[in-house]
Amino acid sequence: MILKSSINRNSPEYKSNSDAMTALVADLKQKVSLIIQGGNEKARAKHTGRNKLLPRERIRRLLDAGAPFLELSQFAAWGMYNNEVPAAGIITGIGRVAGQECVIIANDATVKGGSYFPLTVKKHLRAQEIAEENHLPCIYLVDSGGANLPEQDEVFPDSKHFGRIFYNQANMSAKEIPQIAVVMGSCTAGGAYVPAMADESIIVKNQGTIFLGGPPLVKAATGEVVSAEDLGGADVHCRISGVTDHYALNDVHALGITRRIVKSLNRVKRPDLEIRKPMEPLYDPTELYGVVPADIRKPYDVREVIARIVDGSMFDEFKKLYGETMVCGFAHIFGYPVGILANNGILFSESAIKGAHFVQICSQRGIPLIFLQNISGFMVGSKYEAGGIAKDGAKLVTAVACSRVPRFTVIIGGSFGAGNYGMCGRGYSPRFLWMWPNARISVMGGEQAANVLAQVKRDSMEFRGETWSKEEEEAFKKPIREQYETQGHPYYASARLWDDGIIDPADTRMVLGLGISASLNAPIEKTKFGIFRM
Amino acid sequence: MFEKILIANRGEIACRIIRTAKRLGIGTVAVYSDADASSMHAELADEACHIGPSPARESYLRADLLIEAALKSGAEAVHPGYGFMSENADFAEACKKAGLIFIGPPAQAIRAMGSKSAAKKIMEKAGVPLIPGYHGENQEPELLRKEAEKTGYPLMIKAVMGGGGKGMRIVMKENDFSSALTAARREAMASFGDESVLLEKYISGPRHVEIQVFADNHGNAVYLFERDCSIQRRHQKIIEEAPAPGMTQKLREKMGAAAVDAAKARAYTGAGTVEFLLDESGNFYFMEMNTRLQVEHPVTEMITSVDLVEWQLRVACGEKLPCGQEDLHISGHAVEARIYAEDPSNSFLPSTGKLFYLSTPKESGNVRIDTGIREGDEVSMEYDPMIAKLIVWDVDRSSAVRRLHRALGEYHAAGVTTNVEFLRRVTEHPLFSSGGYDTGFIEQHESELFPARQKAPDRILALAALYIMLSIAPNREDSDNSGDPYSPWNMTHGWRLNCRSFHEISFIDGDSDVTVKVHYREKGYQLELPSGEMAVWGRLDGEGIVNADLGGALTKASVIRNGAEIILMTLGARYRLIHTDPFAQFEEQDDTGGSLTAPMPGRIIEVMVKEGDAVKRGDSLLTMEAMKMEHTIKAPGDGKVVELKYAVGDQVNEGEKLLIFEVNE
Repeated sequence: MILKSSINRNSPEYKSNSDAMTALVADLKQKVSLIIQGGNEKARAKHTGRNKLLPRERIRRLLDAGAPFLELSQFAAWGMYNNEVPAAGIITGIGRVAGQECVIIANDATVKGGSYFPLTVKKHLRAQEIAEENHLPCIYLVDSGGANLPEQDEVFPDSKHFGRIFYNQANMSAKEIPQIAVVMGSCTAGGAYVPAMADESIIVKNQGTIFLGGPPLVKAATGEVVSAEDLGGADVHCRISGVTDHYALNDVHALGITRRIVKSLNRVKRPDLEIRKPMEPLYDPTELYGVVPADIRKPYDVREVIARIVDGSMFDEFKKLYGETMVCGFAHIFGYPVGILANNGILFSESAIKGAHFVQICSQRGIPLIFLQNISGFMVGSKYEAGGIAKDGAKLVTAVACSRVPRFTVIIGGSFGAGNYGMCGRGYSPRFLWMWPNARISVMGGEQAANVLAQVKRDSMEFRGETWSKEEEEAFKKPIREQYETQGHPYYASARLWDDGIIDPADTRMVLGLGISASLNAPIEKTKFGIFRM
Repeated sequence: MFEKILIANRGEIACRIIRTAKRLGIGTVAVYSDADASSMHAELADEACHIGPSPARESYLRADLLIEAALKSGAEAVHPGYGFMSENADFAEACKKAGLIFIGPPAQAIRAMGSKSAAKKIMEKAGVPLIPGYHGENQEPELLRKEAEKTGYPLMIKAVMGGGGKGMRIVMKENDFSSALTAARREAMASFGDESVLLEKYISGPRHVEIQVFADNHGNAVYLFERDCSIQRRHQKIIEEAPAPGMTQKLREKMGAAAVDAAKARAYTGAGTVEFLLDESGNFYFMEMNTRLQVEHPVTEMITSVDLVEWQLRVACGEKLPCGQEDLHISGHAVEARIYAEDPSNSFLPSTGKLFYLSTPKESGNVRIDTGIREGDEVSMEYDPMIAKLIVWDVDRSSAVRRLHRALGEYHAAGVTTNVEFLRRVTEHPLFSSGGYDTGFIEQHESELFPARQKAPDRILALAALYIMLSIAPNREDSDNSGDPYSPWNMTHGWRLNCRSFHEISFIDGDSDVTVKVHYREKGYQLELPSGEMAVWGRLDGEGIVNADLGGALTKASVIRNGAEIILMTLGARYRLIHTDPFAQFEEQDDTGGSLTAPMPGRIIEVMVKEGDAVKRGDSLLTMEAMKMEHTIKAPGDGKVVELKYAVGDQVNEGEKLLIFEVNE
């Protein structure tokens, strides 16, 4: 069924919504333009002065001509570490190399020598996780001094720290997910294991080095004086040690060899879906700017969003007349069949049950799921608690948690409380999770949190017989609201990798399409659900 | 009239003869070698008979095989075309013996005219003026040298049996005589099986004007006026026209009468051409008589409305000439340009390979194309590299020249290098337009005819870049066998999350590198070109046509791509760019030290040096032969021959290292 839009593009409301979103997207792109510069000018000049390509240029040249690049975690470490580590010093993403979708992980040596901060590790591991879940070959463009020593306690010892990188390489290789390392700079200490653990590795002459201990450490330990190139350069590792397999004369040569390797991986993508010829949506996706209210608390019909994402704006709705605050239905994105769950208000028992039913259907049929999250939470109150909203909510959470079809989440508005769980938040491991720049994420809204905390304080003060003026209460609530606003903001969330990136709403269709196509490199598994509390 | 004839030839002339035979309802039998198994002439004929391997001396020059084919196929007559067996008296005789009619003059006439020296003696007797020189049988080098001194320099050495510029050398001074004689003899031997030469005074500023004659067995002979063939390169005609510019009726009649007398003197029958040199003051000298149909015969056909092949066939089966001298008239003007697979900027060296693209002007009453090659055919090193003859007719000379120029602009071929651009430059040259040229035209106007290579302007780079961007998409789908045909990953517009990307395209334009940076835009691309930015957009037609919007200017261009080579043709201009693959440069091993490579496929015929020899810059190292032309490889600098890779008789491919040469530091 074709969705009919009832948006009036000439209304003042549309205009003010559109202005607000335009400003948010402009701010997003302006910040990204800073992030993609990488290190400061001096560091970049030093890098290119050594005839090395900047990491984004390496990626551009590695990719097929004109091919898209779905960058991950662009905002990693935004506003952290004195704002000195743009993109957490590592660029990750999915791109086409020789016709294959690959995960590319490229150190940015212009940012703190490419060393690993805690979020660098987290970003690297997230990219590997995406590669593993979607069976995407990994290409590591290594140019890093290894762990950032002052941060070693947050980088080295824990289960999801530095060592996990190599654990992942070994286990992905075991799953026949190719691991290719290109040594374009330092690979010191732990970093030496990236090429050593790879299936195939390339090293650039006079540029790449691999050693467990660098010249200063060697001198301190044994007194031996040796140059970096003689200790672990291309000639040593290609001719003597066998740590690397291919000898490249420079960056471009190395990238050419990488493309050649990928070309001969002998991998064939066999999607197990009925793929149709895609159609553009009937409505211009940029109209999403005017569709979505500037104030995220304001309700609107989420079908207006769906109409601007799916093929031909066609949406076959499921249980349309039941549990209306949860919109469920079938559609296609870039020709791929999808099941969409989208919030259209607060969650009631019926909405949760309907959602659980729909997730079961899609899981059984092997249809990927899209969650369009805009949820302030489940309904509260004695009537609803008595009605068993907790167990109905649990049904939805169980269904979402257990479903093995590829799941994709976009937070298009609020993501609060248990609604985040039921709508496949980060804890539920969707293949990808994206946020719109207007989104907010926290355990509850800032206003509610301030009210709840103020209520608790007032109760205890009144119990002690103290009084609390309106002004005092407001002074108490203000910083709470501010904290929630800051911490719930997409930049804050994205900096900490609670998502895979912030996207322009107009790119939603493209980002989902790329994600679905990438996910089809892995077979769609059969789902086995846990116990649904009845 | 004949029921069936065999055409003992190949290429355009075989096709040309078949066409007339078909029109007259005569059955045709073609012969073909291995290399010509799927050639146009073999397909055009009613029957085709395989006669042997690719080398001409094992197929098209084998009288026995040709006659056997004719007998087997039941042909009554053999048309020899031009070249190959056309002026071979023994073959004409053998045909007769086998009961076949040779479509051409009787054997004795061929024999008499085939030897240049004998022909001159005949002409001398008939009172036709001759160029001073030596036509004797004594071929002692020392005697020849003395005769040369007597004749005076500059002079020409010509193969007695020669034609087509083969076995011919101009000698400017005595010092060069010996080496020129050796080379001329070797070429003569290779081409005609006879190394005898004659000497002739070299006449400066001459025009090559020839008279077409025709005689029957009933004592009738006519001339079909003249052709001017003075536009020659390396003594080979490339543009011919009729009538000759500046020809007077009086001179025409005088030359015509001389030519008819010459034919009558030897009881000549069939088509023949008497070639004269015409000097600046209107004196003409007999050069030679060709006892066959000439390559350039179409210009005569265009101005006389006579089908010369039809006349040949009628005369050969005993009919009278269809008309007398008084019935022949000149109407309008015709010009022919010979399109060769050769590289004018590289001494006109033949270019071989697959003609993977061919687009020609439309044929009409004004434009005629005689060819034996189609798109996709191979231009083989075994035979003459002529691709086609482009013949135009118009009411007067200037209109005809303009028409030829335009038609050449519409003749596009790719896969082999052609002389089309060069011919265009000749036809637009003021001296050619005025008609006041002589046989030295090409050499004397080298600087204008071989202009310095022009760099591709921004407009052309933009078209090339646009073409490449537009062709990326379909290539992607070809390589995608993933079963995910509509994946957004197939997109080629450089999509990025929250930012923009670009693409770089590098070209080699002659000897310079140029890079075009391509910024993706909502619609089309913003290009950074050597002299500024340009917004471009367009689409690609299946036919290799780019319809482009270059900064608002709508442009159409034909693009041909052959690997890295991109040939762009727009508004009569043609540009060749190499699209460099940034990764490819590393795939080849770097060549250190000097090496010399074969400029074309061919056979080594002489090696002048030994391994270890020290040589000076310009010294001859070895000589190779291809398409019956010799090419000498010379030392690129002072140095030493380190290793010889081939010996005399070896076959080499284009680009192969011939020897390792170490240049002195």
